Amino acid sequence: MSAKNYLTADFTLRSWFLTTDHKRIAILYFASLIFFFFIGGAAATAIRIELATPQADLVSSDVYNRLFTMHGIIMVWFFLIPSIPNTLGNFIVPLMIGARDLAFPRLNLMSWYIFMLGGCVTLFAILAGGVDTGWTFYTPFSTLYSNSYVIVAAAGVFIAGFSSILTGLNFIVTIHRLRAPGLTWYRLPLFLWSLYATSVILVLATPVLAITLLLMATERFFGVGIFDPRIGGDPLLFQHLFWFYSHPAVYIMILPGMGVINELVSCFSRKQVFGYKFVAWCSLAIAAVGFLVWGHHMFVSGQSLIASLVFSFMSFIVAVPSAIKVFNWTATLHKGSIHFDAPMLYALAFIGLFTIGGLTGLFLACLAFDVHATDTYFVVAHFHYIMVGGMVTAYFGGLHYWWPKITGRLYSEYWARTAAILIFFGFNLTFFPQFILGAEGMPRRYHVYPPEFQVWNVLSSGGAAILAVAYLMPLFYLGYSAFFGKRAPANPWNAPGLEWQTSSPPPEFNFAPQPVVTREPYQYNERFEAEPQNA
Amino acid sequence: MPESSVFAPQYASIPHRDHTAELGMWVFIATEVLLFGGLILAYVVYRHAFPQDFAAGSRHTEIVIGTANTAVLLTSSFLVAWAVEIFSPATAKIVTRLLVGAACLGLAFIVLKGIEYGKEYDEHLVPGIDFQFPGPKANGVQLFFIFYFIATAIHALHMLIGICLLITLAVICQRAPSTRHRTALHSAALYWHFVDVVWIFLFALIYLPGRSTS
Repeated sequence: MSAKNYLTADFTLRSWFLTTDHKRIAILYFASLIFFFFIGGAAATAIRIELATPQADLVSSDVYNRLFTMHGIIMVWFFLIPSIPNTLGNFIVPLMIGARDLAFPRLNLMSWYIFMLGGCVTLFAILAGGVDTGWTFYTPFSTLYSNSYVIVAAAGVFIAGFSSILTGLNFIVTIHRLRAPGLTWYRLPLFLWSLYATSVILVLATPVLAITLLLMATERFFGVGIFDPRIGGDPLLFQHLFWFYSHPAVYIMILPGMGVINELVSCFSRKQVFGYKFVAWCSLAIAAVGFLVWGHHMFVSGQSLIASLVFSFMSFIVAVPSAIKVFNWTATLHKGSIHFDAPMLYALAFIGLFTIGGLTGLFLACLAFDVHATDTYFVVAHFHYIMVGGMVTAYFGGLHYWWPKITGRLYSEYWARTAAILIFFGFNLTFFPQFILGAEGMPRRYHVYPPEFQVWNVLSSGGAAILAVAYLMPLFYLGYSAFFGKRAPANPWNAPGLEWQTSSPPPEFNFAPQPVVTREPYQYNERFEAEPQNA
Repeated sequence: MPESSVFAPQYASIPHRDHTAELGMWVFIATEVLLFGGLILAYVVYRHAFPQDFAAGSRHTEIVIGTANTAVLLTSSFLVAWAVEIFSPATAKIVTRLLVGAACLGLAFIVLKGIEYGKEYDEHLVPGIDFQFPGPKANGVQLFFIFYFIATAIHALHMLIGICLLITLAVICQRAPSTRHRTALHSAALYWHFVDVVWIFLFALIYLPGRSTS
């Protein structure tokens, strides 16, 4: 071991919990998110076991409500939203732009503590008895009727929101102000464009969720009728405010994934990303148009037909930049020198699964179809294709890709590929049958169902078992590699990004001499094949 | 004023650090705009639904206190702007006094707000705790007062945070101001002016509807 790196700089607990190093904070987030992922996953497991049979044999309807609520709240706010931004983003953003840290390192640490506080409050709500409103906290159920820990859970989400805002703020300022000399906007790797777009949404949408949850909690606590029609309130206003945040939040949960896929597809095809500028601006277009489509969650709520038509139209529009990205990734693959390393398997899985999720999103954007599909398993399958098939797959892909940089170790390629393939099959077996169930009319959020739906539910539960095993596998082979894996060279993928030009793992302040950028990103075809590697 | 040449390693220079910090405050203000924006949107929706009731509710607010508070807050913003303008080694003493003055005006605002809350409590206008309003407009008036209390309470919370910032900066200015604190002062001033601007919107939304007619 030559010079000290960020992992070996100091071994005390204090040096971890009071660190301002973006790389260590990324590790703190990473550990916390694994924890929350498996809690949310445990709830999903219980749901799938219950749904293996048409009768209620594992849990009562009340417990079932609390299970899917817990699954939703934990997975959305304590895994998906922070997943790529706060772990991979935190680690990679300063490295990619040639900076020594994020713009506000102490704020970054504070954001982790706020996140953990929000997480603990939410866990307390779950342990105390749970919440049964669904992750959407719809009024008037959440304010008048629900007899569960609504305010505590909302408080947890409210607190965690500030962590999101601070992270978004930090990324925006960092990308604006801390780029290395020569690193112009059009030389930024596309991962940064998508994280920038994500950060804009985090900063502009999250406060609206905060105020919405505050209004909801005020109504519940004081018994005043902000959203209660009996005294003049409008329950639809809650839905409008909630989805004004929560639809853009969907893009918080997918844009970072798309960003990772750019890096993977180009690295493992050894080609520049096709149509760089289009992909870059598409990220911002998704962020902007994504603010104008929230009403498609409310087609059957009784909003005016004009509103529905406009929201339907905008929902078709927002699919255009996503489609451009998919086409551009495909074009990048064309005539590329494709390597099927584990990260690439995840990237290819992402493209396929995201496409299915996106196209079924267009079905749902059609008013006529949506009336039939609302609150059925079709919707559940659709957003799991985006959130799990898309974002979680991209997260795993990015994690494998940057693992050598993060830990300085190489993982077992055999096990990594096996897990990637298992995840792909397990995922499809779990969620594809749910499209069929939804099309046949099985509603979501019920723990019992007519027996004719059983065959598809059994398939889905079987797939979930495979998926659970596949998601557990990286815990072992990546965990093993972190301590006993082969030492990684600085640039194991022979990639041109700045993050690969420093040692693995990077030193405490990332770069010894300040790097200077003289070229566009993704120059795979030129000098990199010949350049010597410093291990 | 001692010039500290030490700055965090992620910055290239002191001006770089200062501009970066200021951009951070602007982004933070953007997030705050949306926070109050969501609340004001809800207000607008209900005012559109119950225009008469909101006018009636508004006529029950204390416009004298509200106007006085507007003057107090604008004056305090003026003092802060003044402090930013003249901040230099020679003026540390005046800057300290200006900041203390601004913080005191901020506290005066909070006190006046408290008196106003007390009056509304006496008049049974606090939804959820004690609300009685005769006549058919009760529901709309209650909605008005819910927003009145939530908006002014969140605003007051922002005021309290701002007062703490101003006092901290006043203490620093008295002891050992450096160029680093110019940026801190500038950022705190941006925040304080923002809170001021929010109040101007709230003032118009809360106190003015229905005043021209009765």
